[in-house]
Amino acid sequence: MPKDPPAPEREVHIEVRDLDMGYGDFVVMRKLGFQIRRGDVFIIMGGSGSGKSTLFRNMTGLVEPLRGDVLYGGESFTRAEPERREAMLRKMGILYQQGALWSSLTLAENVALPLQQYTRLAAHEIAEIVELKLSLVGLGGFGDFMPGEISGGMRKRAGLARAIALDPEILFFDEPSAGLDPISSKLLDDLIVELSQSLGATVVVVTHELASLFAIGTNGVFLDAETRTMIATGSPRDMLEHSDQKNVRAFLTRGGSGNPTGVGQ
Amino acid sequence: MSERRELTFRRTEGGVLEVHFSGAWTLSEGLPDAEPVTAALAASPPPSSLRLEGRGIERWDSALVSVVSQLADAARKRSVPVDLGALPSGVGRLVQLAAAVPERDSRKSSAPEGFLARLGRGALAVYDDAAAFVPFVGEAVVSFASLARGRARMRRSDLFVEIQDCGVSALGIVSLISLLVGLILAFVGAVQLQQFGAAIYVADLVGIAMTREMGAMMTGIIMAGRTGAAFAAQIGNMKVTEEIDALQTFGISPMEYLVLPRMLALFVMMPLLTLYADFVGMFGGGLVGVGMLGITPEQYVNHTMKAVSMTNFAIGILKGSVFGILVAVSGCLRGMQCGRDSAAVGRATTSAVVTSIVLIILTDAIFTVVCNVLGV
Repeated sequence: MPKDPPAPEREVHIEVRDLDMGYGDFVVMRKLGFQIRRGDVFIIMGGSGSGKSTLFRNMTGLVEPLRGDVLYGGESFTRAEPERREAMLRKMGILYQQGALWSSLTLAENVALPLQQYTRLAAHEIAEIVELKLSLVGLGGFGDFMPGEISGGMRKRAGLARAIALDPEILFFDEPSAGLDPISSKLLDDLIVELSQSLGATVVVVTHELASLFAIGTNGVFLDAETRTMIATGSPRDMLEHSDQKNVRAFLTRGGSGNPTGVGQ
Repeated sequence: MSERRELTFRRTEGGVLEVHFSGAWTLSEGLPDAEPVTAALAASPPPSSLRLEGRGIERWDSALVSVVSQLADAARKRSVPVDLGALPSGVGRLVQLAAAVPERDSRKSSAPEGFLARLGRGALAVYDDAAAFVPFVGEAVVSFASLARGRARMRRSDLFVEIQDCGVSALGIVSLISLLVGLILAFVGAVQLQQFGAAIYVADLVGIAMTREMGAMMTGIIMAGRTGAAFAAQIGNMKVTEEIDALQTFGISPMEYLVLPRMLALFVMMPLLTLYADFVGMFGGGLVGVGMLGITPEQYVNHTMKAVSMTNFAIGILKGSVFGILVAVSGCLRGMQCGRDSAAVGRATTSAVVTSIVLIILTDAIFTVVCNVLGV
């Protein structure tokens, strides 16, 4: 768990610079700027409709920013040529909200596709890696199942297996605990931390799940729907203890009704 | 005690507007008109305060809350203090809850647009729709080019699945429809031609009509309804479940991975299906000719062979290929344009079928004019 002492010397891995985002004329958030250091578990938090998922979509190139830049390892992603972008995307693994497994492929084929796409491994080598990745998320032996045949929690874990197929340096999680019961969501959190630490990956998590963001977050940004910008950065615990922003405190304490998670004291 | 609902109000000497509620205030009784009370609130000089009194209430639900919160709203707008104390305690809390967050004026403008505005908007929508085809077709061409260079990321197994899906699996419905179209053409022709004693020309009529027009057109329409709709629904649904996003972020172009096999499959299978439909249609015509008009099978076949030239077949098959592309493009385009909810998938499917049928008929008309001009 994130108990290691802060190491400010770690290099900046991801940087968001002066980012405005929205759809067409509708600006969701403006003037976002923050840095994510290598090895961070970075939480993008905020209320419903504050643009958390939009920020994630901007950072992965699914939506183009209205203005500003996203940099990975100091290199602009937003302004990169398509080939360069593809190379940068190769180092990212993404777990989507509903898993987003390709429904016409089996779990094994789902995990195998990125490997076929980016590596020159032979079929039997790919099969071995696929089996390994599926076992890592506790789905060993489920390779021949179709996504429609397994439960939502399993789909998410399979999505995670696919996300780590290429040993990414950056892992994105869009609402990992959405639609999961508290225990599955806790297990998934543990899995995220475990895998990211063993892979040495930087993790970006979009979530509003308090228990989970306190448990895994080492850094974060708070998006505020009212002011349409970010109003706090830092680790969730720091925010809880030191933030003087009313909305941040209200969010992290469930509207001020005590401290339901029992952490941060 | 009466079950009847009553709403009375009076103004005391102190200028307080007192409203008395009594009886059963439930939705099953309907909502009363609060207009007289709001009118009294608006009277000048305004009442010093509004007191709502509900001791006579027997039962209540949202009906009461709705009326009370209307009154409270009206009073607040005129800055008249409201006293909810004498109402059942739940009502007061619900009214406060409803008023806690001020109503935002974020409703979409509801003013009905004039005829011209709607006409203009409609025209712009048609234009946008047509304009969306251009980049899509461009991308499709680019991915065809990378396929030709052997660089496209398309799974061959996907292509075969699609070919099976829009080829072999469609044979049943194509057979049925073409057979019936052949029968109908022959019937219609027979009635007229028999009057001139020229019943044998039914063979020519059916043969030429099937190969030149009906084979390709009916197959195109069947495929639009069957396969084009399926393409739009599959791709649209993948959009909803973020599968398309997942493809993109893994660096796999949805165009190459999803659209290309579907377009290829239809492009390959449509000419074959058209040819098949031609023959089934002519067979249907033959059934009528032989069974009803007393033509021998040999005569019918001979006549058909004399009447139908290779050119007719070629035109029909060329049309079939073009229709195949149109159906695939409309289906895939509408799927890719699909929004992020399930209603959008339905709209995408409908729109795919409508678009492809319109395009098929339009293109067919153009073909006919061109053939006429060229004299083929």
